[in-house]
Amino acid sequence: MVTKPLTKNIDMSRPPLDIAAYEASDGYQSVKAIADGLTPDNVMQIVKDSGLKGRGGAGFPTGLKWSFVPRGDSAPKQKYFVVNADEMEPGTFKDRLLMEGDPHLLIEGMIIGAYTIQASTAYIFLRGEYKVSEKALKNAIAEAYERGYLGKNIQGTGFDLDIILHTSAGRYICGEETALLNALEGKRANPRAKPPFPQVSGLWGKPTIVNNVETICNLPGILTYGVDWYHGLTKGNDHGTKLFGISGKVKTPGCWELPLGLPIRQLIEEYGGGMRDGLELRAFLPGGGSTDFMLPEHLDLKLDYDEIAKAGSRLATGTMILLDNETCPVGMVGNLMKFFSHESCGFCTPCRDGLPWVDEIFNEFESGCGTDKDLQILHEHVEYLGPGRTFCALAPGATAPLGSGLKYFADDFDRHIKEKRCPYRH
Amino acid sequence: MQASVIASTATQARKLSAEEIKEIEHEMQLYPDKQAVGLEALKIVQKYQGWVSDESLLGISKLLDIPVSDLESVATFFNLVYRQPVGRNVILFCNSVSCWIMGSESMRSHINGKLDIDFGGTTENGDFTFLPVPCLGDCDHAPVMMVGDDLHRNLTEEKIDEIFSEYKSKE
Repeated sequence: MVTKPLTKNIDMSRPPLDIAAYEASDGYQSVKAIADGLTPDNVMQIVKDSGLKGRGGAGFPTGLKWSFVPRGDSAPKQKYFVVNADEMEPGTFKDRLLMEGDPHLLIEGMIIGAYTIQASTAYIFLRGEYKVSEKALKNAIAEAYERGYLGKNIQGTGFDLDIILHTSAGRYICGEETALLNALEGKRANPRAKPPFPQVSGLWGKPTIVNNVETICNLPGILTYGVDWYHGLTKGNDHGTKLFGISGKVKTPGCWELPLGLPIRQLIEEYGGGMRDGLELRAFLPGGGSTDFMLPEHLDLKLDYDEIAKAGSRLATGTMILLDNETCPVGMVGNLMKFFSHESCGFCTPCRDGLPWVDEIFNEFESGCGTDKDLQILHEHVEYLGPGRTFCALAPGATAPLGSGLKYFADDFDRHIKEKRCPYRH
Repeated sequence: MQASVIASTATQARKLSAEEIKEIEHEMQLYPDKQAVGLEALKIVQKYQGWVSDESLLGISKLLDIPVSDLESVATFFNLVYRQPVGRNVILFCNSVSCWIMGSESMRSHINGKLDIDFGGTTENGDFTFLPVPCLGDCDHAPVMMVGDDLHRNLTEEKIDEIFSEYKSKE
């Protein structure tokens, strides 16, 4: 039985499987199932039943998202299916693995998604810096056209699909789906007001689905092996497998496909090899730079969406960043604030003006000039930049490590003020 | 990095080369309107010219028939569109959190000392431009940087020295 549907074909010591080898590994079976009569409604129901949640960070149910797209005769003829491959969340390196390691899996998933919403054009919005992914996807797309999995009347289904690879030029905000759509249209990538939601009025005003790479890579397995198999992959509340990553000072950092619901401790100790000799775990961000810090006391919690949420954080991308006891927590939060400040699109005032201010204050702390008043201003910004105060989720994302950092590392902030230096610097 | 104010005196559009036009026209087939090709066109021009000058910007604006201000708002938005000349090799140095934890600051100092440039600078001989870049998505191999299209992982001072000498000997 297949237990690692996302990575079963991946071996980074060799090039990705070509189309023949991919087909031999149960690849493109779902397209054959579509050719044998599986309707878009059937696929929608299967994906809903699977319980698949978006793997890009928000964890929204995929089938439900798709169901908002208008269907039937009165629906617009032109619709779009878009892959969000703008992986840029600090500490996140999972979509790269999928695209470099098994590009056909993404293409097969895109065919399934596009068929379900009846979109005849699909774009992959790829990060410009991902040169290896670009090459792998270009090759795979060309092979898929050659074998009749893309183009007109795919495998005799009457369904047409073109995939266009768009490489971006580096801005974190493009990962926000409406900013991504503006970028694809050739505009400055500011987020759009919602509603209307992209599912109804997205790319060039047409119904559009934007899904993350890993989400889409779940689809071929679900269609090929079935919902029962998918549910059998995990014992927790969430279904399927997930890519989990660890970076920071562990013995063996990396990215692994594991069932949802594994204890955090097992991920860090068994897969990450535990902390490097002489170091202790101080805290960790469970799913990239815009999640709340968690502490060693949370290590026995399970890696699923609900359980991490109960601890006040988010599973988000599932790629953890570990802070050890010899690295300055204030410096780490400051580094994240610099990132968010730099990547603010500048459209709304709290984010455009607030984040650089926060960044400046961290520079003060770093240089030993931080004061109690500065600390108070940081606390205020957690509220000023929080959910509901800004146009999109960028600044609220920044407040996750900021707010939790201020709470958990209060002593370290105080020491920076009292000692007028970073106590971690020797 | 602060974007410097560009006071353009350019009035003449540069005549785009046949290769540039051919590639931009290919992109036009992939999108329903010309505005969507703007970023692609900027990247194509940059590929050939190394950067996007005011004259090139006017040239693209003319070819695509979109306002130069629209194009500029896109050009200045993206990290990887260069509106100033850059060196033959651009170093994209990851300055995000995982690399920071793994010691990217001391790697930055090393590069700074070796090439005598910090973020935003270009070496006098025009070999390298040194730029910070947000998380390169290779955090299990931190610290990392790109030089041109190549990703370099698990950086150490020795490794950085080797990388630079390789690029030197390539030329």
